[in-house]
Amino acid sequence: MRSTLTIFRKEMLGYFNSAIAYIFFTLFLILLSFLFFRIYFLQGIVSMNDFFSVMPWVFLIFVPAVTMKSWAEERKSGTMEVLLTMPALDTELVIGKFLAGAAFVGIAILLTLIVPLLVASTGPLDWGTVVASYLGALLLAAAYVAIGNFVSSLTGNQITAFLFTAVILFLLLIIGTEPVYSVFPNVIAEVVRNFSLNYHFQSIGRGVIDSRDLLFYGSVIGLFVYYNVKSLEARNW
Amino acid sequence: MTELITVTGVSKSYDRIRAVEGASFTLRKGEILGFLGPNGAGKTTAMKMITGYMPADTGEIRVHGKNIVDDPIAARNAIGYLPENNPLYTDMTVEEYLTFVAEMRGVADPEAAKKRAMERCAIVDVRHRIIGHLSKGYRQRVGLAQAIIHDPEILILDEPANGLDPIQITEIRGLIRDLGREKSVILCSHILSEVEAVASRVIIINQGKIVADDTLENLKERSSGHNIFRIEFLTAKDERAVADTLAKIPGVAAVSRVANDTFRVKTKGERETGNQIFRTAVTQNWDLAQLHLESRSLENTFLSLIEGGNS
Ligand SMILES: Nc1ncnc2c1ncn2[C@@H]1O[C@H](COP(=O)(O)OP(=O)(O)OP(=O)(O)O)[C@@H](O)[C@H]1O
Ligand SMILES: [Mg+2]
Repeated sequence: MRSTLTIFRKEMLGYFNSAIAYIFFTLFLILLSFLFFRIYFLQGIVSMNDFFSVMPWVFLIFVPAVTMKSWAEERKSGTMEVLLTMPALDTELVIGKFLAGAAFVGIAILLTLIVPLLVASTGPLDWGTVVASYLGALLLAAAYVAIGNFVSSLTGNQITAFLFTAVILFLLLIIGTEPVYSVFPNVIAEVVRNFSLNYHFQSIGRGVIDSRDLLFYGSVIGLFVYYNVKSLEARNW
Repeated sequence: MTELITVTGVSKSYDRIRAVEGASFTLRKGEILGFLGPNGAGKTTAMKMITGYMPADTGEIRVHGKNIVDDPIAARNAIGYLPENNPLYTDMTVEEYLTFVAEMRGVADPEAAKKRAMERCAIVDVRHRIIGHLSKGYRQRVGLAQAIIHDPEILILDEPANGLDPIQITEIRGLIRDLGREKSVILCSHILSEVEAVASRVIIINQGKIVADDTLENLKERSSGHNIFRIEFLTAKDERAVADTLAKIPGVAAVSRVANDTFRVKTKGERETGNQIFRTAVTQNWDLAQLHLESRSLENTFLSLIEGGNS
């Protein structure tokens, strides 16, 4: 527990020690706003739906950029050796890095709250669905981070980690889009769709928070944190 | 119990390379153990296993009598480790880094521990600087401070003087010797003189196997080689006269002439013999210009052990 907190602080320090964190937040906000307002003003409906539907795709680039370093960099620079010979359990370290990545992406997401505030100034906004969608976005991003950190633990190369994470996340997104899942027969299509990271995000975004959606993200996070621990324990480098 | 670390029959392979084969040795309380071997001998691999970074394929490692597999946390608490190439978080300041390590180590009073380690390693002045901007010598001291922050009983240092200039090497050596007064140390190196300067006992490893494990004195004695002294005179000397005189000294094995005024004396490796040569020169009223040790017995032992393994 103590080690988890310590590594969390170290990771946060790492993010904010350079200007990259602020550039990252700014780019994330600008890109999302641009993609959203481009459509918003054409439609003339006071709704955040389009904002939340582009979000998972924007994460596709941003989250791997955050997670690519997490383990790959430690391995490459050799600091992994210092880290893994400290009196801490591998699990504590993995959870600490996961929480830090999730918190960092979480901050980026919460900074975009400025967008619904702008939208609300143009007309009546359904805040219930907005709040639900934000909760969904945080869960979705946390799941992305768990996957990204796991992939980063498999390699000593950040670029490899970035690309692999992006590809995996892309696949997990597109199986929730109609052109992809509809190629499967009905029953299977429903299952495939259920495994999509996006499906549950949309479901939460409708404003009803279903325990199945929470369970889904909880399981994805738990599973990849577990894989991450196993990949460290294997120590095969 | 005086054995702090007991390594028994430990082996480790990477894919097809057998990096360490059936190594057994101990680290005793209060000693500085030199772990000497040429590049690729398996020193680093052995240290990675002792510190719990990598598991051994076979064999057993005990720290304080407890198997490190059963109680990894206790073993790690007892050990301070400076890995090869001194990995550091280069974008942190010295103080940020040591705070992180102190917290990871769970020391009771992080501020006091940091202060003590920084003073010990003489890095108080650079505490606010970014590690990546420090010179290599300073970085090495930051690495050492990291290793001692929890005041461990055992220190494992993997090539701590690698890549430093001669002045920094002397300083780091002094620091290690100092630390060795209160801690038990394993010092890995491929440079004989480095080990010789600080170690009380030496293990020589070659191609993954331990080929010698003895005190410095014993290793010198068992040398298959000899000490070779070089004597230079101010004026030319008669070969027979000099050779006959020197040959009478006990411990002198052979005398040969290199130049008119220069001779080479092979001795059996005892320190006393050097002194005898000097005194003979005085009683003979020789116009001695130089008397120095050309090749040393320990180096010969080291080379012959390593060459023996390679053939
Ligand atoms: N990660 C690795 N993968 C594959 N082979 C390795 C790995 N690490 C070391 N080796 C090999 O294992 C052998 C022992 O290496 P090790 O680093 O333990 O030697 P060393 O005595 O520390 O050498 P040096 O003085 O160069 O540091 C060498 O042949 C090396 O090439
Ligand atoms: Mg080495």
